[in-house]
Amino acid sequence: MKPVVRVENVSYAYDGGSQGQVEALLDVSLEIWPGEFVAIIGHNGSGKSTLAKHMNALLLPTRGDVYVLGMNTRDESLLWDIRQTVGMVFQNPDNQIVATIVEEDVAFGPENLGVPPDEMRRRVDEALALVDMTGYEKSAPHMLSGGQKQRVAIAGVIAMRPRCIVLDEPTAMLDPVGRSEVLRTVRHLASNEGIAIVHITHFMSEAVYADRVIVMEEGRVALSGTPREVFSQPATLRKLDLDVPQVTELAAQLRAAGVALPRYPLTVEEMADDIGTLLGRGPCSSEPQNR
Amino acid sequence: MKEGVGMDFANAAVGQYMPGDSFMHRLDPRTKMLTSLGVVIGLFVVSEPWAYALLALPIMLGIMVSQVPLKLITRSLRPLTFIMVLTFALHLFMDPGEAIFSIGRITATYEGLRLGLITVVRLALLIMATSIVTLTTSPIALTDGLERLLKPFARLGLPAHELAMMMTIALRFIPTLLEETDKIMKAQMARGADFESGNIAKRARAMVPILVPLFVSAFRRADELAVAMEARCYRGGEGRTRLRELAFSGADVAVLVVVGAYTVAVAVAL
Amino acid sequence: MARQALTDVNLSIDEGDLVAIIGKTGSGKSTLVQHFNGLLKPDSGRVLVDGQDIWGKGVALRDIRRKVGLVFQYPEHQLFEETVALDIAFAPKNLGLSDAQVDDAVREAMRIVDLDYEEFADRSPFELSGGQKRRVAIAGVIAMCPKVLILDEPTAGMDPRGREDVLGEIQALHEKHGYTIVLVSHSMEDVARFAKRLVVMEAGKVVMDGDPREVFRHRQELIDIGLGVPQITDLMAELARRGYGFSTGAITVEEAREILLPPLLAASIESTGSAGPDPCEGRCGHGLR
Repeated sequence: MKPVVRVENVSYAYDGGSQGQVEALLDVSLEIWPGEFVAIIGHNGSGKSTLAKHMNALLLPTRGDVYVLGMNTRDESLLWDIRQTVGMVFQNPDNQIVATIVEEDVAFGPENLGVPPDEMRRRVDEALALVDMTGYEKSAPHMLSGGQKQRVAIAGVIAMRPRCIVLDEPTAMLDPVGRSEVLRTVRHLASNEGIAIVHITHFMSEAVYADRVIVMEEGRVALSGTPREVFSQPATLRKLDLDVPQVTELAAQLRAAGVALPRYPLTVEEMADDIGTLLGRGPCSSEPQNR
Repeated sequence: MKEGVGMDFANAAVGQYMPGDSFMHRLDPRTKMLTSLGVVIGLFVVSEPWAYALLALPIMLGIMVSQVPLKLITRSLRPLTFIMVLTFALHLFMDPGEAIFSIGRITATYEGLRLGLITVVRLALLIMATSIVTLTTSPIALTDGLERLLKPFARLGLPAHELAMMMTIALRFIPTLLEETDKIMKAQMARGADFESGNIAKRARAMVPILVPLFVSAFRRADELAVAMEARCYRGGEGRTRLRELAFSGADVAVLVVVGAYTVAVAVAL
Repeated sequence: MARQALTDVNLSIDEGDLVAIIGKTGSGKSTLVQHFNGLLKPDSGRVLVDGQDIWGKGVALRDIRRKVGLVFQYPEHQLFEETVALDIAFAPKNLGLSDAQVDDAVREAMRIVDLDYEEFADRSPFELSGGQKRRVAIAGVIAMCPKVLILDEPTAGMDPRGREDVLGEIQALHEKHGYTIVLVSHSMEDVARFAKRLVVMEAGKVVMDGDPREVFRHRQELIDIGLGVPQITDLMAELARRGYGFSTGAITVEEAREILLPPLLAASIESTGSAGPDPCEGRCGHGLR
């Protein structure tokens, strides 16, 4: 099995004007496998967005190479194949929507690929169904909420049938309702459609659902592992200016004070289970079980 | 408390499209654009008063068939009332000819009356003919139609696809930018800015705190949009297919032929 | 097309308050605060600032806007001047202050938002980072020396570090500099930290108004109207649901720790060591073990 995206010893520097040369990425290597759900987290300036833009050849590395299904992103003749394979959704819901009505925007990608009209109709309808926006085909974008706009943007990428979708901070400009709509969509895509998902975010609570979490800092990979492995180091994360879910933080503080919690819980359920176990009560029943 | 001003302007800006299912609505946008263009050209070619009456006929028929309330058509004339009155007055008093009456040194003439009336009627019919098109054709259909009509000229170097894409994007962002203007205005007002009082020069200067942020924002949007379009494999018009392809129906052909022939006949005969 | 954005809202904000107005998008919270400084006029009812009807005779809206400063969401989008100092000076100049007074106001405002005058005053606002731009924009409103500072979603679009910085500054504005603060937000965890009073809006009406602890007690109602509660509050509610007998008042991590530490520490000492075998013996469906 080939990785969908392979980042090989990539470094990226650019001219930052008054700041001189900015080294945004320093010798980064990683792989994204088919169907994987990877979260890349880090504060602003850590290099996570820069890394994302390398995956569909929006940026080319200064050193090293990026391969999409074996295609080197430096190869200009393969540019469109690469971008059809790795789709991207951006942070600003408004500045990705091109057309005056939803279905036209979702069709934009397939139109660029020369997909025949019948097939296109089917793809548009399927994509909108996947993001739960069926019924909004003729809606105007400015009448939609932020979460709805982002879902339309995601549909527009899905309609191109990519093998991987990179979402660059898709929820940063949304309210909680919009964030949960987008997250629900992303999780659904990850588990049901076999598309690899790369979710760039600075919200820890979103990263807990990924298969793998990569933490970026100063252009390098600082931590990598399953969500539990990564969030089991709340002190390190705090030093990296990242927050952790409140329950994880609480568990860390309790453990530091001597409480024998077995692990770092990522969700309310897990924390409640662990507390229950500790108190000698079954983690799922509300009746105390005497030991 | 009313909703944002953005929507009202947006509707006005895009020609007050009124969704519907009339015969006129269902015609191909190209048919509507070409026939109204033909009638408008006819209006400028003829000079006999009877000709105007005859050309008004297809326009009236068009209004009836579009099921658009006459009120809306006349409303589109309202902004031009001043120009029409002024033009009429200028012709009436400035054109040489046989005098009707005089006020001091200014003389009204029959020639002026005739020319004034012709000009005003011409203008009114022109507005009504084009209003039928914009009231019954959605902005997307208009841009699609225009793109198809201009496509043959692409071979001669006219960037038909690019023009259509620019129009679409502009239409898409009008409401968004209007909302943003509103927001910027309010933010500056919250800092004590005054856009209402003062002479023309002062008020023009007062626009700077709105225009600069708006332009900066518009450029930023354009930049981000371009990146998003490239990420979705946009590379110009080559090889692009369309979700909805325009196709002429029998009705379209019939309307084009009938109205076309009628207009030519009137223009030639009169 | 007219739409009812606010219905029969009654609210008063006292000097020295730190109030958070929360509600989902479309609840009317932004519309409401734009009435406080006269940017919007109510169809019925009155808005009183310092006891004065702001739409009454002889009241200059400019004076009201000086007293009630409003910082919009993404305020960096309103920057327009050639230099930082000039942009911050916009408001004091509009208020008719003398050049010397304007200069003082600018320097003071920059000091309050922690922007070094020497370093930033002559730079173009457009070459600053996002966080710095936002501080310039906030300084632009503070330069009016308002009594009340309204901030609409001040942490919008920021990463955790940026959020910390902004919230810290707002707290300093309130505690150190004595501003009355009105915070419009949809982040429960942000407001739980230091708001003294929570006003919850839904569909143009005020549905709750009181101490954050009280408000978060109505967890289900908040969820129903599209808001939530801090994750900690969710946790305490879940523990209560399971009958573990802890008080549910915690809305921050610190408070939860106070409540949970003694009993859990005691339980840890008792249990001498490992977590033991899974009491559910695998019957539980949940848990990402």
